[in-house]
Amino acid sequence: MPSFDLRSAPLRELNRALHALRPDTNETHWAVTGPDGRHAIAAGLDAPISVEIEGNVGYYCAGMNKLATVLVNGNAGVGVAENMISGFVHVRGDASQSAGATAHGGLLVIDGNAGARCGISMKGVDIVVKGSIGHMSAFMAQAGTLTVLGDAGEALGDSLYEAKLYVRGSVKSLGADCIEKPMRDEHLRELAEKLAAAGLTGEVSPSEFRRYGSARTLYHFNVDNAGAY
Amino acid sequence: MCGIVGLFLKNPKLEPQLGAMLSKMLETMTDRGPDSAGFAVYGSDGASEAGSVKLTLRGPGPAALRSAVAGLEEALALSAQATERDTHTVLAVPAERETEIRDWLRANAPGIDVVSAGRRMEIYKEVGLPASVAERFALERMTGTHGIGHTRMATESAVTTNGAHPFSTGTDECLVHNGSLSNHNDLRRRLRHEGLTFATQNDTEVAAGYLSWRMREGASLEQALESSLTDLDGFFTFVVGTENGFAVVRDPIACKPAVMAETDDYVAFGSEYRALVGLPGIDTARVFEPEPAKVYAWERVPNQPVSGERQ
Repeated sequence: MPSFDLRSAPLRELNRALHALRPDTNETHWAVTGPDGRHAIAAGLDAPISVEIEGNVGYYCAGMNKLATVLVNGNAGVGVAENMISGFVHVRGDASQSAGATAHGGLLVIDGNAGARCGISMKGVDIVVKGSIGHMSAFMAQAGTLTVLGDAGEALGDSLYEAKLYVRGSVKSLGADCIEKPMRDEHLRELAEKLAAAGLTGEVSPSEFRRYGSARTLYHFNVDNAGAY
Repeated sequence: MCGIVGLFLKNPKLEPQLGAMLSKMLETMTDRGPDSAGFAVYGSDGASEAGSVKLTLRGPGPAALRSAVAGLEEALALSAQATERDTHTVLAVPAERETEIRDWLRANAPGIDVVSAGRRMEIYKEVGLPASVAERFALERMTGTHGIGHTRMATESAVTTNGAHPFSTGTDECLVHNGSLSNHNDLRRRLRHEGLTFATQNDTEVAAGYLSWRMREGASLEQALESSLTDLDGFFTFVVGTENGFAVVRDPIACKPAVMAETDDYVAFGSEYRALVGLPGIDTARVFEPEPAKVYAWERVPNQPVSGERQ
Protein backbone atom coordinates (compact mmCIF):
# COMPACT_ATOMS: atom_id res chain seq x y z
CA MET A 1 0.00 0.00 0.00
CA PRO A 2 1.62 3.28 -1.07
CA SER A 3 1.85 5.84 1.70
CA PHE A 4 2.74 9.50 1.58
CA ASP A 5 3.79 11.83 4.37
CA LEU A 6 3.13 15.35 3.13
CA ARG A 7 5.48 16.75 5.77
CA SER A 8 8.40 15.15 3.95
CA ALA A 9 7.19 14.73 0.34
CA PRO A 10 5.77 17.56 -1.75
CA LEU A 11 2.02 17.56 -2.43
CA ARG A 12 2.58 17.83 -6.18
CA GLU A 13 4.40 14.52 -6.10
CA LEU A 14 1.40 12.86 -4.47
CA ASN A 15 -1.11 14.33 -6.89
CA ARG A 16 1.12 13.51 -9.87
CA ALA A 17 1.43 9.88 -8.73
CA LEU A 18 -2.34 9.63 -8.24
CA HIS A 19 -3.04 11.16 -11.65
CA ALA A 20 -0.68 8.70 -13.35
CA LEU A 21 -2.61 5.65 -12.12
CA ARG A 22 -4.29 3.55 -14.79
CA PRO A 23 -7.86 2.31 -14.26
CA ASP A 24 -6.62 -1.26 -13.74
CA THR A 25 -3.90 -0.32 -11.25
CA ASN A 26 -3.08 -2.69 -8.42
CA GLU A 27 -2.16 0.21 -6.15
CA THR A 28 -5.74 0.67 -5.05
CA HIS A 29 -5.24 1.91 -1.52
CA TRP A 30 -3.25 5.03 -0.64
CA ALA A 31 -2.51 6.42 2.79
CA VAL A 32 -1.69 10.12 3.26
CA THR A 33 -0.43 11.62 6.51
CA GLY A 34 0.52 15.16 7.56
CA PRO A 35 -1.94 17.07 5.33
CA ASP A 36 -1.71 20.12 7.65
CA GLY A 37 -4.46 21.97 5.80
CA ARG A 38 -2.75 21.90 2.40
CA HIS A 39 -4.95 22.73 -0.58
CA ALA A 40 -6.07 20.48 -3.46
CA ILE A 41 -5.03 17.20 -1.86
CA ALA A 42 -6.15 14.26 -4.04
CA ALA A 43 -7.90 16.58 -6.47
CA GLY A 44 -8.60 15.42 -10.01
CA LEU A 45 -8.55 11.66 -9.38
CA ASP A 46 -9.78 9.40 -12.19
CA ALA A 47 -9.32 5.79 -11.04
CA PRO A 48 -11.22 3.37 -8.79
CA ILE A 49 -8.82 3.69 -5.87
CA SER A 50 -9.20 4.76 -2.27
CA VAL A 51 -7.18 7.49 -0.60
CA GLU A 52 -7.24 7.78 3.17
CA ILE A 53 -6.04 11.10 4.60
CA GLU A 54 -5.10 11.33 8.26
CA GLY A 55 -5.70 14.88 9.49
CA ASN A 56 -7.21 18.21 8.38
CA VAL A 57 -7.21 19.18 4.72
CA GLY A 58 -7.39 22.62 3.08
CA TYR A 59 -9.33 23.86 0.07
CA TYR A 60 -10.73 21.74 -2.79
CA CYS A 61 -9.77 18.35 -1.38
CA ALA A 62 -10.99 15.61 -3.76
CA GLY A 63 -12.18 18.28 -6.19
CA MET A 64 -13.30 17.00 -9.60
CA ASN A 65 -13.22 13.47 -8.20
CA LYS A 66 -14.11 10.63 -10.58
CA LEU A 67 -14.42 6.98 -9.47
CA ALA A 68 -12.19 7.32 -6.42
CA THR A 69 -13.04 7.02 -2.73
CA VAL A 70 -11.46 9.74 -0.59
CA LEU A 71 -11.68 9.53 3.17
CA VAL A 72 -10.67 12.51 5.33
CA ASN A 73 -10.05 11.67 8.97
CA GLY A 74 -10.33 15.29 10.00
CA ASN A 75 -11.88 18.59 8.89
CA ALA A 76 -12.04 19.82 5.31
CA GLY A 77 -11.57 23.39 4.07
CA VAL A 78 -13.50 25.29 1.40
CA GLY A 79 -14.94 23.33 -1.54
CA VAL A 80 -14.38 19.70 -0.56
CA ALA A 81 -15.42 17.43 -3.49
CA GLU A 82 -16.34 20.48 -5.58
CA ASN A 83 -17.33 19.47 -9.09
CA MET A 84 -17.18 15.74 -8.24
CA ILE A 85 -18.29 13.56 -11.15
CA SER A 86 -18.54 10.17 -9.42
CA GLY A 87 -17.07 8.24 -6.52
CA PHE A 88 -17.32 8.71 -2.77
CA VAL A 89 -15.91 11.40 -0.52
CA HIS A 90 -16.26 11.04 3.24
CA VAL A 91 -15.27 13.77 5.73
CA ARG A 92 -15.14 12.49 9.31
CA GLY A 93 -15.04 15.99 10.80
CA ASP A 94 -16.55 19.33 9.75
CA ALA A 95 -16.47 20.85 6.27
CA SER A 96 -16.06 24.54 5.47
CA GLN A 97 -18.16 26.45 2.97
CA SER A 98 -19.13 25.32 -0.55
CA ALA A 99 -18.86 21.60 0.19
CA GLY A 100 -19.86 19.61 -2.91
CA ALA A 101 -20.25 22.80 -4.97
CA THR A 102 -21.30 22.22 -8.61
CA ALA A 103 -20.81 18.44 -8.23
CA HIS A 104 -22.39 16.29 -10.94
CA GLY A 105 -22.47 12.89 -9.27
CA GLY A 106 -21.09 10.60 -6.60
CA LEU A 107 -21.73 10.70 -2.87
CA LEU A 108 -20.36 13.20 -0.36
CA VAL A 109 -20.84 12.34 3.32
CA ILE A 110 -19.90 14.80 6.06
CA ASP A 111 -20.03 13.43 9.59
CA GLY A 112 -19.87 16.85 11.26
CA ASN A 113 -21.30 20.19 10.18
CA ALA A 114 -20.93 21.88 6.80
CA GLY A 115 -20.53 25.66 6.53
CA ALA A 116 -22.28 28.13 4.25
CA ARG A 117 -23.22 27.35 0.62
CA CYS A 118 -23.17 23.57 0.99
CA GLY A 119 -24.17 22.06 -2.36
CA ILE A 120 -24.23 25.43 -4.14
CA SER A 121 -25.11 24.86 -7.81
CA MET A 122 -25.03 21.08 -7.35
CA LYS A 123 -25.81 19.21 -10.55
CA GLY A 124 -26.55 15.63 -9.53
CA VAL A 125 -24.39 14.76 -6.51
CA ASP A 126 -25.88 13.19 -3.38
CA ILE A 127 -24.75 14.99 -0.24
CA VAL A 128 -25.45 13.68 3.26
CA VAL A 129 -24.53 15.91 6.21
CA LYS A 130 -24.91 14.33 9.63
CA GLY A 131 -24.67 17.66 11.42
CA SER A 132 -26.05 21.05 10.32
CA ILE A 133 -25.44 23.24 7.26
CA GLY A 134 -24.82 26.98 6.98
CA HIS A 135 -26.59 29.78 5.11
CA MET A 136 -27.32 29.88 1.36
CA SER A 137 -26.97 26.12 1.04
CA ALA A 138 -28.17 24.53 -2.23
CA PHE A 139 -28.23 27.97 -3.87
CA MET A 140 -29.23 27.44 -7.52
CA ALA A 141 -28.99 23.69 -7.01
CA GLN A 142 -29.97 21.95 -10.20
CA ALA A 143 -30.10 18.21 -9.54
CA GLY A 144 -29.25 15.62 -6.91
CA THR A 145 -30.14 15.37 -3.25
CA LEU A 146 -29.00 17.21 -0.14
CA THR A 147 -29.84 15.36 3.08
CA VAL A 148 -29.26 17.05 6.41
CA LEU A 149 -29.73 15.33 9.75
CA GLY A 150 -29.36 18.58 11.68
CA ASP A 151 -30.53 22.12 10.91
CA ALA A 152 -30.22 24.39 7.88
CA GLY A 153 -29.18 28.06 7.99
CA GLU A 154 -30.73 31.07 6.30
CA ALA A 155 -32.01 31.12 2.72
CA LEU A 156 -31.99 27.39 2.06
CA GLY A 157 -32.42 26.51 -1.62
CA ASP A 158 -32.52 30.05 -2.97
CA SER A 159 -33.30 30.08 -6.72
CA LEU A 160 -33.47 26.30 -6.63
CA TYR A 161 -33.99 24.16 -9.74
CA GLU A 162 -34.69 20.43 -9.45
CA ALA A 163 -32.46 19.31 -6.59
CA LYS A 164 -34.30 17.70 -3.66
CA LEU A 165 -33.55 18.87 -0.14
CA TYR A 166 -34.32 16.68 2.88
CA VAL A 167 -33.84 18.28 6.30
CA ARG A 168 -34.54 16.59 9.63
CA GLY A 169 -34.05 19.60 11.89
CA SER A 170 -35.15 23.20 11.64
CA VAL A 171 -34.70 25.49 8.66
CA LYS A 172 -33.88 29.07 9.62
CA SER A 173 -35.41 30.43 6.44
CA LEU A 174 -36.13 29.39 2.87
CA GLY A 175 -34.58 31.26 -0.05
CA ALA A 176 -36.49 32.74 -2.98
CA ASP A 177 -38.65 30.18 -4.80
CA CYS A 178 -37.88 27.36 -2.33
CA ILE A 179 -40.91 25.77 -0.66
CA GLU A 180 -41.72 22.82 1.55
CA LYS A 181 -43.26 19.93 -0.37
CA PRO A 182 -45.08 16.80 0.78
CA MET A 183 -43.08 13.62 1.43
CA ARG A 184 -44.61 11.04 -0.84
CA ASP A 185 -43.66 7.34 -0.89
CA GLU A 186 -41.22 7.87 -3.74
CA HIS A 187 -39.39 10.47 -1.65
CA LEU A 188 -39.30 8.25 1.44
CA ARG A 189 -37.85 5.50 -0.74
CA GLU A 190 -35.27 7.80 -2.31
CA LEU A 191 -34.23 9.19 1.08
CA ALA A 192 -33.94 5.66 2.54
CA GLU A 193 -31.56 4.82 -0.33
CA LYS A 194 -29.38 7.87 0.32
CA LEU A 195 -29.29 7.20 4.07
CA ALA A 196 -28.34 3.58 3.38
CA ALA A 197 -25.53 4.70 1.06
CA ALA A 198 -24.24 6.88 3.89
CA GLY A 199 -24.39 3.93 6.29
CA LEU A 200 -27.26 5.34 8.31
CA THR A 201 -29.86 2.59 7.89
CA GLY A 202 -31.62 2.01 11.18
CA GLU A 203 -30.10 5.11 12.76
CA VAL A 204 -32.58 7.65 11.43
CA SER A 205 -35.94 7.13 9.82
CA PRO A 206 -36.85 8.86 6.53
CA SER A 207 -40.17 9.83 8.12
CA GLU A 208 -38.34 12.28 10.43
CA PHE A 209 -37.38 14.48 7.46
CA ARG A 210 -39.18 17.24 5.59
CA ARG A 211 -38.74 17.85 1.90
CA TYR A 212 -37.99 21.20 0.23
CA GLY A 213 -37.92 21.94 -3.46
CA SER A 214 -38.45 24.52 -6.14
CA ALA A 215 -41.77 26.33 -6.58
CA ARG A 216 -40.64 26.74 -10.21
CA THR A 217 -41.77 30.36 -10.46
CA LEU A 218 -38.31 31.69 -11.34
CA TYR A 219 -37.60 29.38 -14.25
CA HIS A 220 -38.54 31.94 -16.86
CA PHE A 221 -38.38 35.69 -16.86
CA ASN A 222 -41.71 37.15 -15.91
CA VAL A 223 -42.31 40.76 -16.85
CA ASP A 224 -44.22 41.28 -13.61
CA ASN A 225 -40.92 40.77 -11.77
CA ALA A 226 -39.09 43.44 -13.77
CA GLY A 227 -39.30 45.87 -10.86
CA ALA A 228 -37.30 43.50 -8.67
CA TYR A 229 -34.15 43.86 -10.80
CA MET B 1 -7.25 38.30 -0.69
CA CYS B 2 -5.14 39.02 2.46
CA GLY B 3 -4.28 36.75 5.34
CA ILE B 4 -4.97 37.30 9.02
CA VAL B 5 -3.54 35.64 12.08
CA GLY B 6 -4.17 36.23 15.76
CA LEU B 7 -3.07 34.63 18.99
CA PHE B 8 -4.43 35.35 22.46
CA LEU B 9 -2.70 33.47 25.27
CA LYS B 10 -4.53 32.20 28.32
CA ASN B 11 -1.53 30.42 29.83
CA PRO B 12 1.19 32.90 30.93
CA LYS B 13 3.83 30.17 30.48
CA LEU B 14 3.51 30.60 26.71
CA GLU B 15 4.14 34.37 26.79
CA PRO B 16 7.90 34.10 26.08
CA GLN B 17 7.03 32.25 22.84
CA LEU B 18 4.30 34.59 21.57
CA GLY B 19 6.47 36.17 18.89
CA ALA B 20 7.89 32.85 17.71
CA MET B 21 4.41 31.37 17.31
CA LEU B 22 2.99 34.48 15.65
CA SER B 23 5.84 34.81 13.16
CA LYS B 24 5.33 31.22 11.97
CA MET B 25 1.62 31.86 11.55
CA LEU B 26 2.31 35.06 9.63
CA GLU B 27 4.78 33.43 7.26
CA THR B 28 2.35 30.62 6.45
CA MET B 29 -0.10 33.25 5.19
CA THR B 30 2.37 34.63 2.62
CA ASP B 31 0.37 33.08 -0.26
CA ARG B 32 -2.63 35.16 0.75
CA GLY B 33 -0.76 38.45 0.96
CA PRO B 34 2.77 38.93 -0.36
CA ASP B 35 2.58 42.77 -0.77
CA SER B 36 3.21 43.83 2.78
CA ALA B 37 2.86 42.59 6.31
CA GLY B 38 2.39 43.93 9.79
CA PHE B 39 1.71 42.90 13.31
CA ALA B 40 0.72 44.23 16.71
CA VAL B 41 2.18 42.72 19.84
CA TYR B 42 0.85 43.32 23.34
CA GLY B 43 3.80 43.03 25.72
CA SER B 44 3.46 41.20 29.03
CA ASP B 45 2.21 43.15 32.06
CA GLY B 46 4.67 45.63 33.46
CA ALA B 47 6.35 46.10 30.09
CA SER B 48 5.79 49.79 30.45
CA GLU B 49 5.74 51.74 33.69
CA ALA B 50 2.57 53.16 35.15
CA GLY B 51 1.78 56.57 33.72
CA SER B 52 3.85 56.01 30.65
CA VAL B 53 2.82 55.22 27.10
CA LYS B 54 4.67 53.51 24.27
CA LEU B 55 4.65 55.33 20.96
CA THR B 56 5.70 53.31 17.93
CA LEU B 57 7.30 55.67 15.39
CA ARG B 58 8.01 54.72 11.83
CA GLY B 59 10.47 56.45 9.55
CA PRO B 60 12.64 55.96 6.49
CA GLY B 61 15.44 54.40 8.55
CA PRO B 62 17.19 54.26 11.94
CA ALA B 63 19.26 57.42 11.32
CA ALA B 64 16.21 59.58 10.54
CA LEU B 65 14.38 58.19 13.55
CA ARG B 66 17.39 58.78 15.81
CA SER B 67 17.68 62.39 14.75
CA ALA B 68 13.92 62.98 15.16
CA VAL B 69 14.04 61.51 18.66
CA ALA B 70 17.08 63.64 19.55
CA GLY B 71 15.32 66.75 18.26
CA LEU B 72 12.20 65.88 20.18
CA GLU B 73 14.08 65.31 23.44
CA GLU B 74 15.89 68.59 23.13
CA ALA B 75 12.90 70.70 22.10
CA LEU B 76 10.55 69.31 24.75
CA ALA B 77 13.18 68.80 27.47
CA LEU B 78 12.25 65.16 27.56
CA SER B 79 14.16 62.00 28.23
CA ALA B 80 12.47 59.19 26.32
CA GLN B 81 13.50 55.57 26.48
CA ALA B 82 13.92 54.50 22.84
CA THR B 83 14.03 50.95 21.47
CA GLU B 84 15.16 50.81 17.84
CA ARG B 85 13.94 48.12 15.49
CA ASP B 86 14.90 48.79 11.88
CA THR B 87 12.46 51.39 10.46
CA HIS B 88 10.49 51.60 13.72
CA THR B 89 11.39 53.02 17.10
CA VAL B 90 9.39 52.50 20.26
CA LEU B 91 9.47 55.47 22.62
CA ALA B 92 8.35 55.16 26.23
CA VAL B 93 7.14 58.59 27.30
CA PRO B 94 4.96 60.06 30.06
CA ALA B 95 1.33 59.55 29.01
CA GLU B 96 0.34 63.15 29.71
CA ARG B 97 2.85 64.39 27.12
CA GLU B 98 1.59 62.25 24.24
CA THR B 99 -0.36 65.03 22.47
CA GLU B 100 2.53 67.48 22.77
CA ILE B 101 4.94 64.91 21.32
CA ARG B 102 2.62 64.05 18.44
CA ASP B 103 2.20 67.77 17.66
CA TRP B 104 5.94 68.35 17.68
CA LEU B 105 6.62 65.38 15.41
CA ARG B 106 3.92 66.45 12.97
CA ALA B 107 5.38 69.95 12.75
CA ASN B 108 9.08 69.17 12.85
CA ALA B 109 9.67 65.63 11.65
CA PRO B 110 8.12 65.09 8.24
CA GLY B 111 8.37 61.44 7.18
CA ILE B 112 8.06 60.18 10.73
CA ASP B 113 4.67 58.63 11.51
CA VAL B 114 3.25 57.61 14.84
CA VAL B 115 1.96 54.14 14.02
CA SER B 116 0.51 53.34 17.41
CA ALA B 117 0.22 54.34 21.02
CA GLY B 118 -0.40 52.02 23.88
CA ARG B 119 0.45 51.00 27.38
CA ARG B 120 1.28 47.55 26.02
CA MET B 121 0.76 47.56 22.25
CA GLU B 122 3.48 48.03 19.63
CA ILE B 123 2.76 47.94 15.88
CA TYR B 124 5.25 47.13 13.13
CA LYS B 125 4.47 47.09 9.43
CA GLU B 126 6.38 47.27 6.18
CA VAL B 127 6.14 46.54 2.49
CA GLY B 128 7.67 43.18 1.57
CA LEU B 129 7.25 39.48 2.09
CA PRO B 130 5.91 38.53 5.54
CA ALA B 131 9.02 36.50 6.40
CA SER B 132 11.32 39.44 5.74
CA VAL B 133 9.07 41.87 7.61
CA ALA B 134 8.99 39.52 10.62
CA GLU B 135 12.76 39.16 10.49
CA ARG B 136 13.48 42.89 10.18
CA PHE B 137 11.66 43.53 13.43
CA ALA B 138 12.75 40.30 15.15
CA LEU B 139 9.16 39.26 15.80
CA GLU B 140 10.37 35.80 16.70
CA ARG B 141 11.98 37.07 19.89
CA MET B 142 9.08 39.25 21.05
CA THR B 143 7.13 38.25 24.14
CA GLY B 144 3.63 39.15 25.20
CA THR B 145 0.08 38.13 25.95
CA HIS B 146 -1.50 38.52 22.54
CA GLY B 147 -0.73 39.56 19.01
CA ILE B 148 -2.37 40.09 15.66
CA GLY B 149 -0.80 39.94 12.22
CA HIS B 150 -1.76 40.60 8.62
CA THR B 151 -0.40 39.78 5.20
CA ARG B 152 -1.75 42.08 2.52
CA MET B 153 -2.84 41.72 -1.08
CA ALA B 154 -3.99 45.27 -1.82
CA THR B 155 -7.33 46.00 -3.47
CA GLU B 156 -8.68 49.31 -2.13
CA SER B 157 -5.55 51.46 -1.85
CA ALA B 158 -1.90 51.49 -2.87
CA VAL B 159 0.84 49.12 -1.69
CA THR B 160 2.52 51.39 0.82
CA THR B 161 3.59 50.98 4.40
CA ASN B 162 0.77 53.26 5.47
CA GLY B 163 -1.69 50.99 3.69
CA ALA B 164 -0.41 47.94 5.55
CA HIS B 165 -2.28 46.56 8.54
CA PRO B 166 -2.77 46.57 11.52
CA PHE B 167 -4.44 49.96 11.85
CA SER B 168 -4.69 51.74 15.13
CA THR B 169 -6.82 54.76 15.90
CA GLY B 170 -6.97 54.48 19.68
CA THR B 171 -4.67 53.68 22.57
CA ASP B 172 -3.91 49.96 22.68
CA GLU B 173 -6.55 49.37 19.99
CA CYS B 174 -5.79 47.75 16.68
CA LEU B 175 -7.58 46.04 13.85
CA VAL B 176 -6.74 43.82 10.90
CA HIS B 177 -9.13 43.21 8.06
CA ASN B 178 -9.65 40.75 5.24
CA GLY B 179 -12.16 42.12 2.76
CA SER B 180 -13.17 45.49 1.42
CA LEU B 181 -15.60 48.15 2.62
CA SER B 182 -17.81 50.08 0.25
CA ASN B 183 -19.06 52.89 2.51
CA HIS B 184 -15.68 53.95 3.90
CA ASN B 185 -15.65 57.40 2.27
CA ASP B 186 -18.96 58.44 3.77
CA LEU B 187 -18.12 56.93 7.14
CA ARG B 188 -14.70 58.62 7.20
CA ARG B 189 -16.38 61.99 6.64
CA ARG B 190 -18.84 61.35 9.45
CA LEU B 191 -16.11 60.18 11.83
CA ARG B 192 -14.04 63.30 11.06
CA HIS B 193 -17.01 65.32 12.29
CA GLU B 194 -16.71 63.34 15.52
CA GLY B 195 -13.11 64.50 15.83
CA LEU B 196 -11.29 61.42 14.58
CA THR B 197 -8.26 61.82 12.34
CA PHE B 198 -7.27 59.52 9.51
CA ALA B 199 -3.81 59.17 8.01
CA THR B 200 -4.76 57.32 4.81
CA GLN B 201 -7.49 56.75 2.23
CA ASN B 202 -7.64 53.14 3.34
CA ASP B 203 -10.99 51.45 4.08
CA THR B 204 -9.65 49.43 7.00
CA GLU B 205 -8.46 52.54 8.83
CA VAL B 206 -12.08 53.72 8.76
CA ALA B 207 -13.24 50.48 10.37
CA ALA B 208 -10.60 50.92 13.09
CA GLY B 209 -11.71 54.52 13.57
CA TYR B 210 -15.33 53.47 13.77
CA LEU B 211 -14.61 50.97 16.57
CA SER B 212 -12.46 53.51 18.45
CA TRP B 213 -15.31 56.02 18.20
CA ARG B 214 -17.93 53.55 19.49
CA MET B 215 -15.69 52.58 22.40
CA ARG B 216 -14.95 56.24 23.16
CA GLU B 217 -18.73 56.73 23.33
CA GLY B 218 -18.92 54.03 26.00
CA ALA B 219 -19.49 50.83 24.05
CA SER B 220 -17.62 47.69 25.02
CA LEU B 221 -15.49 46.04 22.33
CA GLU B 222 -18.25 43.48 21.86
CA GLN B 223 -20.95 46.16 21.50
CA ALA B 224 -18.83 48.16 19.07
CA LEU B 225 -18.40 45.10 16.88
CA GLU B 226 -22.13 44.30 17.10
CA SER B 227 -23.00 47.73 15.73
CA SER B 228 -20.33 47.48 13.01
CA LEU B 229 -22.48 44.74 11.49
CA THR B 230 -25.15 47.32 10.63
CA ASP B 231 -22.99 50.40 10.04
CA LEU B 232 -20.27 48.93 7.82
CA ASP B 233 -21.12 47.92 4.29
CA GLY B 234 -18.88 45.44 2.53
CA PHE B 235 -16.98 42.25 3.04
CA PHE B 236 -15.04 41.77 6.20
CA THR B 237 -13.47 39.41 8.62
CA PHE B 238 -12.03 41.51 11.45
CA VAL B 239 -9.64 40.56 14.21
CA VAL B 240 -9.37 43.21 16.90
CA GLY B 241 -7.03 43.66 19.85
CA THR B 242 -7.39 45.85 22.91
CA GLU B 243 -5.18 46.11 25.99
CA ASN B 244 -6.77 43.02 27.53
CA GLY B 245 -9.13 41.79 24.86
CA PHE B 246 -9.24 39.91 21.58
CA ALA B 247 -12.25 39.69 19.27
CA VAL B 248 -13.34 38.32 15.92
CA VAL B 249 -16.32 39.15 13.71
CA ARG B 250 -17.34 38.23 10.16
CA ASP B 251 -19.92 40.00 8.01
CA PRO B 252 -23.29 38.24 7.51
CA ILE B 253 -22.34 36.89 4.06
CA ALA B 254 -19.06 35.50 5.43
CA CYS B 255 -17.19 35.21 2.12
CA LYS B 256 -13.86 35.85 3.76
CA PRO B 257 -12.42 32.75 5.37
CA ALA B 258 -11.79 32.25 9.07
CA VAL B 259 -10.72 29.33 11.24
CA MET B 260 -10.24 29.38 14.97
CA ALA B 261 -8.69 27.02 17.49
CA GLU B 262 -9.18 27.14 21.23
CA THR B 263 -7.44 25.19 23.99
CA ASP B 264 -6.92 25.79 27.70
CA ASP B 265 -3.73 27.64 26.77
CA TYR B 266 -4.75 29.92 23.91
CA VAL B 267 -7.24 31.17 21.34
CA ALA B 268 -5.88 31.34 17.80
CA PHE B 269 -7.22 32.75 14.57
CA GLY B 270 -6.12 32.05 11.01
CA SER B 271 -7.52 32.86 7.58
CA GLU B 272 -6.78 29.22 6.85
CA TYR B 273 -6.18 26.20 9.04
CA ARG B 274 -2.63 26.02 7.64
CA ALA B 275 -1.69 29.01 9.77
CA LEU B 276 -2.57 27.14 12.96
CA VAL B 277 -0.79 23.89 12.20
CA GLY B 278 2.38 24.64 14.20
CA LEU B 279 0.63 25.62 17.45
CA PRO B 280 1.15 23.40 20.50
CA GLY B 281 -1.68 20.92 21.08
CA ILE B 282 -3.45 21.81 17.82
CA ASP B 283 -4.37 18.15 17.28
CA THR B 284 -6.62 18.19 20.32
CA ALA B 285 -7.77 21.84 20.09
CA ARG B 286 -11.39 22.75 19.43
CA VAL B 287 -11.15 23.87 15.81
CA PHE B 288 -14.16 25.78 14.44
CA GLU B 289 -15.23 28.35 11.89
CA PRO B 290 -16.63 31.50 13.47
CA GLU B 291 -20.24 31.93 12.40
CA PRO B 292 -21.30 34.87 10.25
CA ALA B 293 -22.51 38.03 12.01
CA LYS B 294 -21.53 36.70 15.42
CA VAL B 295 -19.10 38.51 17.70
CA TYR B 296 -16.53 36.34 19.44
CA ALA B 297 -14.66 38.06 22.24
CA TRP B 298 -12.19 37.08 24.91
CA GLU B 299 -11.00 39.19 27.80
CA ARG B 300 -8.29 38.86 30.37
CA VAL B 301 -8.93 40.35 33.79
CA PRO B 302 -5.78 40.35 35.96
CA ASN B 303 -5.65 37.35 38.34
CA GLN B 304 -8.77 35.77 36.83
CA PRO B 305 -9.26 33.13 34.19
CA VAL B 306 -9.80 34.42 30.66
CA SER B 307 -13.47 34.95 29.81
CA GLY B 308 -15.09 34.30 26.46
CA GLU B 309 -16.09 31.57 24.01
CA ARG B 310 -15.43 27.96 24.98
CA GLN B 311 -17.80 25.11 24.41
